[in-house]
Amino acid sequence: MLSFDLSEEQALVKETIAGFANDMMDPLSRECDESGEVSGDLVKTGWELEIIPSCVPEEYGGFGEGASALTGAIAYEELAHGDLSTALHIVSPTVMAYTVLLYGTDEQKKMYLPVACGEAFTPAAAALVEPRYAFCPSQLTTSAVRDGEEYILNGSKCLVPLAGEADNLLVFASTNPGMGFAGVDAFIVPKGAEGVSVGERELNMGLKALATYEVGFKDAKVPLANKVGGDRGIDFMDLISRSRLALAAMAIGMMRRAAEHSRDYAKERIAFGDPIGSRQAIAFMVAEMFMETDASRMLLWEAAWKCDKGEDFAKDAAMAKNYAAEKCMKVCDGAVQVMGGHGYVRDNMPELWFRNARAFSALEGLVMV
Amino acid sequence: MTIDFELSPKIKGTQKMLRMFAENAVRPQARKYDEEEHEKPWDLLKMVHGFMKGGVGGSLGGGEKKEEGGEKKRSERQLTTAVVVEEIFWGDAGIALAFPGQGLGGAAVQATGTPEQKEQFLARFSGEEPVWGAMAITEPEAGSDTANLRTTAVKDGNEWVLNGEKIFVTAGKSALEDSKGFVVVWATVDPKAGRAGIKPFIVEAGAPGMQITKIEDKMGIRCSDTVSLSFMDCRIPETNILGSAEVVDPKTAGTKGFKGVMATFDATRPMVAAMAIGVGRAALDLLKQTMAEEGLEVRYGICPNRMTALERDIMDMEANLKAARLLTWRAVWMLDNGDRNSLEASMAKAKAGLVVTQVTQKCVELMGPLGYSRKLLLEKWMRDAKINDIFEGTGQIQMLITARNVLGFGRDKLK
Repeated sequence: MLSFDLSEEQALVKETIAGFANDMMDPLSRECDESGEVSGDLVKTGWELEIIPSCVPEEYGGFGEGASALTGAIAYEELAHGDLSTALHIVSPTVMAYTVLLYGTDEQKKMYLPVACGEAFTPAAAALVEPRYAFCPSQLTTSAVRDGEEYILNGSKCLVPLAGEADNLLVFASTNPGMGFAGVDAFIVPKGAEGVSVGERELNMGLKALATYEVGFKDAKVPLANKVGGDRGIDFMDLISRSRLALAAMAIGMMRRAAEHSRDYAKERIAFGDPIGSRQAIAFMVAEMFMETDASRMLLWEAAWKCDKGEDFAKDAAMAKNYAAEKCMKVCDGAVQVMGGHGYVRDNMPELWFRNARAFSALEGLVMV
Repeated sequence: MTIDFELSPKIKGTQKMLRMFAENAVRPQARKYDEEEHEKPWDLLKMVHGFMKGGVGGSLGGGEKKEEGGEKKRSERQLTTAVVVEEIFWGDAGIALAFPGQGLGGAAVQATGTPEQKEQFLARFSGEEPVWGAMAITEPEAGSDTANLRTTAVKDGNEWVLNGEKIFVTAGKSALEDSKGFVVVWATVDPKAGRAGIKPFIVEAGAPGMQITKIEDKMGIRCSDTVSLSFMDCRIPETNILGSAEVVDPKTAGTKGFKGVMATFDATRPMVAAMAIGVGRAALDLLKQTMAEEGLEVRYGICPNRMTALERDIMDMEANLKAARLLTWRAVWMLDNGDRNSLEASMAKAKAGLVVTQVTQKCVELMGPLGYSRKLLLEKWMRDAKINDIFEGTGQIQMLITARNVLGFGRDKLK
């Protein structure tokens, strides 16, 4: 029966995370962007929200019953409403954790999940994106070729969050080129392994507080035991789609923040004797921001709901992510525009959101619900 | 409850039935009644009347209040209507708009009438013959600007005397000539009082002094008649006013004033959105079916920067249409819960009207000469769809209402 009500648990998650995001993340957003670092306090407090443990069963160190995409979507919207870089940093270990949780062998779960549920934040980097024109996860050039008891990895990755800090990387590589999404496997690669090189920290237009790196693989040898899921492997389409839900949720959180900011400014700023929001040109921009935020959330929720029901949600997730990414850019552009010159200077937030917003068209597989 | 996008089995059953009906009974007649404007598919309309007896047509115009006693009750009445409306409009918008029933006139009676008035005026819709209800609000000099109405109602003894001119009255001919229906006419009892003086009056078919002066020829929805009415000393009983005749300051009037009456139309906005979505879905279905026949597949999972322009267009249209539908469902779900939904209802209509105008135009573009040809219905849907961005408040008016809600500005602050 159709309903848009949050469950009690979801309402609590939303409230708790919103509190953290609004009180702690949001005020530090500018400082993190300028310094290029996410404050340690934020990471610590964010980690104490226990997002991963709440999804991992007790036997592997958590207290949950699997990852709910809907609850995750609600949580991530609130996180990104605070600050996108910090949000991505805090939940970047989810890709390793959920990939192992969903597709790992029992040994892999026992080895990696308790770490992901640990008391202190432990970075775990997911390497998916590759530094080339019109990158698409269906056409990975990083390859993994079996050689006896090992896989040999070759290729290069970029936008790998916390690769410099993490001990282990989760690397997505093609084991069956030409098979598209179906030809991809995931490997847990110790960073110290021979042939793995982590480059300098990347410089991007936005997400400046999030440490991302290029990572190269040159005949890097990975033991068979480190292929996630063993012979069975992973359902890469499923994982990519879960990642798209997570990214859509973050795009929505950020555009909601920008929309609220524009609304408040439009009510306060006086021009020609009236608040600028009392003129249709501005009022309609603000109205559209809220309308598209809600429209994006509807698409996301439906896709996440399908995911939780175990239905095929790949198409819905892709549509939700593409839609939210596009609208997020548009809304953040509007947020700059509503403020005019004041939106362009770094004293105010819109220029930061504007730079961050475009990231969603480049990001895949950085975080997961 | 928790977030759930599954329709209840009951609604799904209704949806399935209506889908078959739309495909087999409505759509095959669509072209004929587009070409033969001002004609009606009487057999179909009688059949519809037979099994709906004012049901769907009536609920198109919104609903009874069910907050009595302060208890909020969860029903699925509005949602069911929204689902039904989408299906029938998928069949054909023109014919669907010509369906008999209470329409907007009935909605106004439902919302503001006394129990006696409801009995007196609404009983006819469940009789043997199809009957229509209509509403007359727009005037030549006042469209969206309803506060500027010039039609007057003056009390004379135990009668009201109406004078003025109304245009764009949907189903006016059906209500007044083709059946013994009525039209709800909005007129001012005190031109100096602005919106506070505007009241709804029921004018019965055959009332002396009321005349149909024009039947519009239109670009689309041609099966549905749209008329102009003139009122020259049109006398109606004093009991035909809906609500109170008293002119009260809108700020203190609460739900009794003009504002309260208009708020009841929060229920109709999502229904207009559902109409739009039905037409948009028809166009997109046809395009996708044609693409499948041509062996073209949409690769939804790949990144947009790797998609063809066609794939991106299809994905955009699907996402927009789905977003519009879900916004609409949310608005009616709130209504079913007894919650105020002004913001959500205006968002749904603004989004749907815009989306469907764009979707139908894009589909015609992508189908090329096939899209433009009258051999297919696609070109008709593009013509039909445009009305959804206009009637019951243009897209711009919906944005204005949305903006006022979002910014918390009244009509004085945001003009």
